[in-house]
Amino acid sequence: MEQSVQRTVITPPGRLNLPSWRELWNAREVAVRLALRDIIVRYRQTIFGITWVIAQPLVSAGIFTVVFGQIADLSTGDEHIPYFLFTLAGMLAWNLFNGSLGRASGSMVGNQSLVQKVFFPRLLVPVSSLASVVVDFLVALVLAVVLLFVYGVNPGWAVLLLPVWILLILMVGTGIGLAAAAYMVKYRDVGYVLPWLVQILLYASPVAYALSEVPANLRWLFDINPVTWFLEGFRWSLLGTEAPVTWQVVALVVAAPLILLAGTLVFQKNEREFADYI
Amino acid sequence: MQATTEPAIRVAGLGKTYRLGAFGERPSTAAAAAIQWVRSTGKQKYTLFDALDDVSFEVPHGEALGIVGRNGAGKSTLLKILTRVTAPTRGRIELNGRVGSLLEVGTGFHPELTGKENIYLNGAILGMTRKEITRRYDEIVAFSGIEKFLATPVKRYSSGMYVRLAFSVAAHLDTEILAIDEVLAVGDAEFQRRSIQKMREAARGGRTVLYVSHQLQTVQALCTSAVLLDRGTLKYSGSVEGTLQAYRDSFESFAAAQSDPAKRPGNGNLRLSSVRMEDEFVKSSQDIVVDFEAPPSRNLVGTYFVSMHINNDQGTVIAQCDSRLVGKWFDPEKPQKGRLVVRDLWLKPGQYTVDVYACQAGVLDAWEGAWRFEVLPDLPYPEFTEQSSTEKGMVFVNFDYEGV
Repeated sequence: MEQSVQRTVITPPGRLNLPSWRELWNAREVAVRLALRDIIVRYRQTIFGITWVIAQPLVSAGIFTVVFGQIADLSTGDEHIPYFLFTLAGMLAWNLFNGSLGRASGSMVGNQSLVQKVFFPRLLVPVSSLASVVVDFLVALVLAVVLLFVYGVNPGWAVLLLPVWILLILMVGTGIGLAAAAYMVKYRDVGYVLPWLVQILLYASPVAYALSEVPANLRWLFDINPVTWFLEGFRWSLLGTEAPVTWQVVALVVAAPLILLAGTLVFQKNEREFADYI
Repeated sequence: MQATTEPAIRVAGLGKTYRLGAFGERPSTAAAAAIQWVRSTGKQKYTLFDALDDVSFEVPHGEALGIVGRNGAGKSTLLKILTRVTAPTRGRIELNGRVGSLLEVGTGFHPELTGKENIYLNGAILGMTRKEITRRYDEIVAFSGIEKFLATPVKRYSSGMYVRLAFSVAAHLDTEILAIDEVLAVGDAEFQRRSIQKMREAARGGRTVLYVSHQLQTVQALCTSAVLLDRGTLKYSGSVEGTLQAYRDSFESFAAAQSDPAKRPGNGNLRLSSVRMEDEFVKSSQDIVVDFEAPPSRNLVGTYFVSMHINNDQGTVIAQCDSRLVGKWFDPEKPQKGRLVVRDLWLKPGQYTVDVYACQAGVLDAWEGAWRFEVLPDLPYPEFTEQSSTEKGMVFVNFDYEGV
């Protein structure tokens, strides 16, 4: 009883509801435990456990290699890089984006019972959902690095920028995911529309084929697609493909934090009403 | 010094308004919202419902405050606002101290996780730091009495074990303010006794406890003061006795309001038109006969059932008489006249109320306080002796001693 008591004042929600960093920090244990829960639960009662993390990008990359590399006979735009490795790198970046977006957007509805019964900064739920995405990504990244040695591909000094791309991808995915999570609380339609949009985006982005294979009249569509921006950067750093265009790098570095900020604001604006709508 | 004179909780002008869609339900899809928006442009788009309005009170440190009121009085809304689960629409609350909430036991328990993992997860969600959980881990485990199963996923637990573990974590919450919503009614009798003991300790240990309940006895047993909520407003605030008296007195106005079908909960696809007994006085050991009438309803497909509750003046449900149990279903295409006959229920002298619910998949009509009757103070037994012979027990029973 000696310690000073914590004082809380509750008032109706205002228009702009910035997250309280102190409160987020004090409740960090919630994020840690939720993240651990997500990771533990995913591979409990499976025979192959963590193997699934490796198998998933390998299988998708394999399928894309067959469909786009063999059947459609597209090229990687660089003779030194095998098609399989090229699509695998694309899948890694894409899965990081798609995973953070998908996980964050579904996290509030997925944790309904918590939202209705206890208080903690709601932002911790989507944030903690990123942990399992990042773990998956890192495991698959290790696999990709092994394959780099196997195929004898040397990305060069650009590899040092890899963490930057990873961070930017997470920002874009989480930013959109946060806004989607907030709207999904009110309208479950978001949960149906989003995977569909993401599916379109997957084929509309140079994940499984090189940007050089895109017909010139469609090229502008790819150039304004932020997914292209980070895919090109990520592949440049991991595989040593052609460096991304400067304006796209600048655009990504500016846009990613803005998307995250906008997503956070949308989320926070609705945060205190979640329990009433969910 | 300032801190000690401040009350633990100060609530001023608190209000919570929910928007109800003009078509009864809030749109849950964007398409429905769009249709509703198009249809209603120019008109008022929704109706407002005040779950709480202008509620003000203060709770000094170390007080155990009971929050009583009928269903829909706003008790749970108040607790949810105080624990910050939902935000108020108006007003201001000051909380001096950390608030722990027990709105439900086992919040956040995951069936795939082991007992130990769930202790840490649940503890964190309830607001404990890792240090606190680690420090009290052994106590939590000992209190739950399931040491052997800590490495087992809780999905393999019996429901009793599950509840005990969940309550144990919650009971070791060390916050200065503790909000509880009827979670005591869990587990077996022995565990309930221990749980109530734990709650008492919490209140005695200088913590501030908020306790929401329908069970007036538990409020009496646990609380040092109380407030009465009625349809969202604060009707009484003060001693436990005073609150309970006000609660009993408020029946008249409550029953009057409930007799208007539009004010009753339930989806309204069918509304009972009358509920009555022949007399307002019943002798113990007499049959209790309740008649009800319901007009036909076009909004309903398939039969519905009726469930009547008989409650004592403490709000405890003495008997639930669900027509499904005796295979009685009612056809909404015809006007219905039904009769409940309760035999062999010997109520003790006092005031009783009858709640009637008409249900199908959901609740069609919830008519609480549909009738009130009094059981006359004459005993159904052949002999009359001193008062101590009838003090205990919730009801009288038809018994005999044989073999003498």
